[in-house]
Amino acid sequence: MYNLIGAGLIVIGAGIGLGQIGGKAMEGIARQPEATGKIQTAMIIIAALLEGLAFGALFLGK
Amino acid sequence: METLLNDFSPGLFVVSTILLLALIGLMVKFAWKPILNSLEERESGIEDALAAAENARKEMQNLQADNERLVKEARAERDAMMKEARDIRDKMIAEAKEDAKEVTTKLIENAQESIQQEKQAALAELKKNVAELSIGIAETVIKKELSSKKDQLKLVEETLKHVTLN
Amino acid sequence: MKIAQKTIKFLTIAMVAFFTATTFASGTDKKHDDQNDGGRVNTKEEVEAYILHHIKDSHDFSLFSYTGDNGERHHFGFPLPIILWTSEGLVTFMSSEFHHNDDGHVIVEKKGLKFAKVHSKIYELDQSASSISFDETHHPTNAHKVLDFSITKSVVGILFIGLLLLFWFSRLAKQYKTKKVPTGFARVLEPLVIYVRDEIAKPNIGEKHYRRFTGYLLTVFFFIWVLNLLGLTPFGFNVTGQLAVTACLAIFTLVIYTVSGTKGYWMHMVWMPGVPVLIRPVLAIIELAGALLIKPFSLLVRLFANISAGHIVVMSLIAIMFTLKESLGVVGATGLSLVLSFFITLIEVLVAFLQAYIFTMLSALFIGMAVEDHDEHH
Repeated sequence: MYNLIGAGLIVIGAGIGLGQIGGKAMEGIARQPEATGKIQTAMIIIAALLEGLAFGALFLGK
Repeated sequence: METLLNDFSPGLFVVSTILLLALIGLMVKFAWKPILNSLEERESGIEDALAAAENARKEMQNLQADNERLVKEARAERDAMMKEARDIRDKMIAEAKEDAKEVTTKLIENAQESIQQEKQAALAELKKNVAELSIGIAETVIKKELSSKKDQLKLVEETLKHVTLN
Repeated sequence: MKIAQKTIKFLTIAMVAFFTATTFASGTDKKHDDQNDGGRVNTKEEVEAYILHHIKDSHDFSLFSYTGDNGERHHFGFPLPIILWTSEGLVTFMSSEFHHNDDGHVIVEKKGLKFAKVHSKIYELDQSASSISFDETHHPTNAHKVLDFSITKSVVGILFIGLLLLFWFSRLAKQYKTKKVPTGFARVLEPLVIYVRDEIAKPNIGEKHYRRFTGYLLTVFFFIWVLNLLGLTPFGFNVTGQLAVTACLAIFTLVIYTVSGTKGYWMHMVWMPGVPVLIRPVLAIIELAGALLIKPFSLLVRLFANISAGHIVVMSLIAIMFTLKESLGVVGATGLSLVLSFFITLIEVLVAFLQAYIFTMLSALFIGMAVEDHDEHH
């Protein structure tokens, strides 16, 4: 039960984080379309790091 | 965590490690090394070709510039020559005109001179003729033996009638 | 080209022959109890059990199964060899001896030892025990796990993909000997190789050092990608969703960037310059934990979790066919399940590439951090 609550909290946090990353990346791309490639790469790396963190937490609780 | 660790199979880990090591070794030896080498070779070949093309283009440009320069020079030269020729022509015409004027003035002068001379000569002849005539008249008058004064005057008048002063 | 085509044809025929032979070999089993006959999926609980069973490794390669007219369970597929390191040394036998049983009811005796298979794990029974017994959390009480070096389904997948990759890329390599630009399928592979080299290896490791690591990164990239895609086929491979495999990949990366780390990298990790001396040990602990534990852990968990989650979602959506049969009717449930699983599978194709890309990218990033030249400017 507590596991599930914890998982929910993790997903909320990760969701907020991913939203921030994606949103800011889009803003950046809109502002500087010529830097799309670099922004995307950085975005994917940060998203991947966040994902790793979230999954780590999820599986520690499982 | 517990279920995960329970799912973790050490045997599979060992087997996959061995297989992956072998795979990486084989792939590097038989695939990636030759592929990457040939790719690099090709890329450097392409780069060289591009550089050569660029050089050729530059050379072409130089040649073209040279050509243009030559053409420009030739044109300038032609222009200069033409100008010179025109000048010469103008000069020649002017000279010719001058000469012609000189010749005509000379001719006119000569003509005037000869006219003057002719006139002089004519006057001299006239004078001579007048003198001869007067002598003739005088001869005739004398020959006629003038008896009267009246006759003498008549004779003079008659003679003068025949004479026209030209 | 001609020879290659002939080889492929030959391989296909050999494969088909092998399949049919083993299928008939392992054909029908007279089953003991009807409750747990492995593979019958109708209720919600059975669906759940089936999915959980699927994302685990398995000791035999089963394609499908059905119940015959006389109540017999027919399994189609072929058994795989089981290789165990037990208290008595090496023990090998074929997985068909377990008769597709997965809850420990079938006991196999070899070399005087008794083995039972429970949830895709093989247990060695204690000498006195004749049948396996469980405690309330479903852990066997009178048996212990053995080291299992079996040629499991995942190992078959790794072998198959390994040979496939070797075949593809050695052919691509061979093509360069005769021509500048490859033709045929190799033409598809070439831009992928260039992509990994130019977009992943070069920018993350740096112009100076990338050459040493490109081979590893390329192998890992294609290995993960093709295995991810193989997991989406109906053969039911789940190789990159095995913790052991992803752990193995992550540890490879860990070893590579630990071994090739420069002096500056270690200096910055253990004794950070430009920071008060008292804080340095604390930083060193954090940095070391990050480099030696967190980085590989995040690598292995990310790949495992993404692929497992993808498999679970796809299978759950397919299972809508049974679970919603009552409320939506056969046609409605099947249609809904088909539409949903079709689109989720499309996303999974994308995820398959993305995970391979991210794993390779992060590996390259970590390696790049380790080998970059630290100038003494801070």
